[in-house]
Amino acid sequence: MPDRYVLAVDQGTTSTRSLVFDRGGRMVAVRQREHHQYFPRPGWVEHDPMEIWANTQRTAAQVLGDVPDAGDVVALGIANQRETTVVWDRVTGRPVTRALVWQDTRTADLVTELAARPDAGLVAERSGMAIAGYFSGPRLRWILDHVPRARERAERGELLFGTMETWLIWNLTGGPDGGVHVTDVTNASRTLLMDVRSCRWDPDLLAFFDIPAEMLPEIRPSVGILGRATALNRALPIAGALGDQQAALFGQACFAPGEAKCTYGTGSFLLQNTGTELVRTRSGSISTVAYQLAGEAPRYALEGSVAVAGALVQWLRDGLGLIGSAAEVETLARTVADNGGCYVVPAFSGLLAPHWRGEARGLVAGLTSYVTKGHLARAVLEATGWQTRDVVQAMAADSGLSLPALRVDGGMTTNNLLMQFVADALDTPVVRPMVGETVSLGAAYAAGLAVGVWSDVEALRRNWHRSAQWTPTPERAQALTAEYRCWERAVELSIAWGAP
Amino acid sequence: MCWVTIRAPDGLASGVVPGTVQSIERAAAILRVVAGSGGRLGVTDIAAAVGLAKTTAHSLLRTLLSVGFVEQDPATGRYALGPGLLRLGTPLDVNELRARSSNWADALAARSGHAVRLATLAGADVVVVHHVFRPDDSAQVLEVGTTLPARSTALGKVLLAYAPAPPAELAEVRTQGWAAERGEQEPSTGSIAAPVRAAGGLVTAALGVSGPLTSLFDGRGVPRSLLLAMVVDAAHAVSRELGHVSA
Repeated sequence: MPDRYVLAVDQGTTSTRSLVFDRGGRMVAVRQREHHQYFPRPGWVEHDPMEIWANTQRTAAQVLGDVPDAGDVVALGIANQRETTVVWDRVTGRPVTRALVWQDTRTADLVTELAARPDAGLVAERSGMAIAGYFSGPRLRWILDHVPRARERAERGELLFGTMETWLIWNLTGGPDGGVHVTDVTNASRTLLMDVRSCRWDPDLLAFFDIPAEMLPEIRPSVGILGRATALNRALPIAGALGDQQAALFGQACFAPGEAKCTYGTGSFLLQNTGTELVRTRSGSISTVAYQLAGEAPRYALEGSVAVAGALVQWLRDGLGLIGSAAEVETLARTVADNGGCYVVPAFSGLLAPHWRGEARGLVAGLTSYVTKGHLARAVLEATGWQTRDVVQAMAADSGLSLPALRVDGGMTTNNLLMQFVADALDTPVVRPMVGETVSLGAAYAAGLAVGVWSDVEALRRNWHRSAQWTPTPERAQALTAEYRCWERAVELSIAWGAP
Repeated sequence: MCWVTIRAPDGLASGVVPGTVQSIERAAAILRVVAGSGGRLGVTDIAAAVGLAKTTAHSLLRTLLSVGFVEQDPATGRYALGPGLLRLGTPLDVNELRARSSNWADALAARSGHAVRLATLAGADVVVVHHVFRPDDSAQVLEVGTTLPARSTALGKVLLAYAPAPPAELAEVRTQGWAAERGEQEPSTGSIAAPVRAAGGLVTAALGVSGPLTSLFDGRGVPRSLLLAMVVDAAHAVSRELGHVSA
């Protein structure tokens, strides 16, 4: 029997990638195309949805041409940048404005205003998340308020809303000519418009944000047939869709409560599976839908997002010019034995989880004439480790679940000094899988599971193999517990520094 | 044969010495012009400055670009000195090497089913720069930073064979483009490795697999062809990643 392959589209913040995976979960082909970033005003970030759709078609066609027999590719799965918001005309298929990207902060005033309303408690109560400009609902509201005639046209049913997976699925399945208007439950859970228990659009939340129900996509499970992609050179069932961080959780085979992954990129995103139980958070993590298999109850996760991880290393390279490439931070950090008493809090534009203090600003604490660029490099790497500990502690307080091991992926996982530091700071083993492309692998797994390439999640679990492991050293872990107190003080100072 | 006289930017005329390689002299003259221009010159100006036809200057600049000795501003087309020049004399950063090789090393381990190591030479030893576990989830310890004797590992044989003054018994490693070791470290295990080249062609590291003798070699001690091809291909892929353009 010929091998069967699954196509994954990873629609990310900077590029769109199409990848093909085999049944062993190994990547056999990849194509990638970057898209333009539009910054029309300070704090505004936009993408052109038509460009992203064109890049999706193009890279998918290319990668299907790369595999020997495209007939063996049996399904398509999609992972997407989360919370990025598109509104388009259902007849012409043209967006009414460029997509508002998840990094865009233009809804800050709107969110402050909404959060001050007496009934604002409803949002956290129903959606599971505190009201914040980070999510897509306020962006949709902004478009309705600011794009000429958008609201009246939406109320007449002429406009459609979607996050990136919705936009791509609609176009893949025919666009104006019978396109399917659906979203997956993980993406829907990031709108603030969905009841996180029933996984349906909540009429009270729609009223609160003043969103016409006519423009919303149908909410579907993450794993299951969503439609048929007829707009590719080879028609394929679209059988899975997940937000990118949930896709990484799926690709890391974190299917049991307690299992967690952290993706170290520009920022870092830690998700811990909490099973069928929705955890009400008090300590600063977010409750979100992890995934849902068709016909099963949704699985939930706790999430801790950190805005600045790899971006701090980039700052060391581009802002200070201390290193020539990101990887050289490890070389510089290894010129010294410790941080020399130096701590860097990278609150470039506030702190996300678990602090959620937008006013915090970055600082370097503990400077003495003893501190060299080597100590600074160490402090930069340690900042990512300390922030991981902040998030893990908050999650443990919320869920009561212990963390057996942290599965990691992303560019920073080739940094041995950092990975060992994370293991010591958490006093937990840190493991890296053989396939680093966990986001696209998760999308492929979701789609392949729906069409029977894999029989169940246990089959996916057997595909997961360790490529490296960092084990905590007891003495170091103990010493770091004392140092962590210094980090906590530095964080307090960064919040105080930015206070009005 | 038509010898051209090259004008250096500092105004010193450098006559051409017969027996020297003309294109290297021309490239050197171009580099002097580019260095002196502060990144303000395009191909036409550079060609005029060194007294070469524009097409000749262009092909020399493309070559210098491919080895990283110059870089070109994509917007203006103007040339400046490249990062490759600044790194001359400093070996490639080992952490950079790990970051750049990681995807290929992972893929090699996943496909071959064996542990993968990338190593550089340090005197009579090799230092493990990157290590990917054997994909069977058994207990294994990360060996990054540990040293192994160069003479009794495939990684070391590759690196010694391509080092200055290679031992005579390793001549065949250069001919075949890979090295093998059978039971020289531990009785029933062996290794196969191939060279990794940086931009410009210098062998900077070796990439290889290790495992039981029976799964690496056939009954006559010859590396299994599919596995050998995987190792050589992965080493080529890392070389490409480092900017090496194979002949």
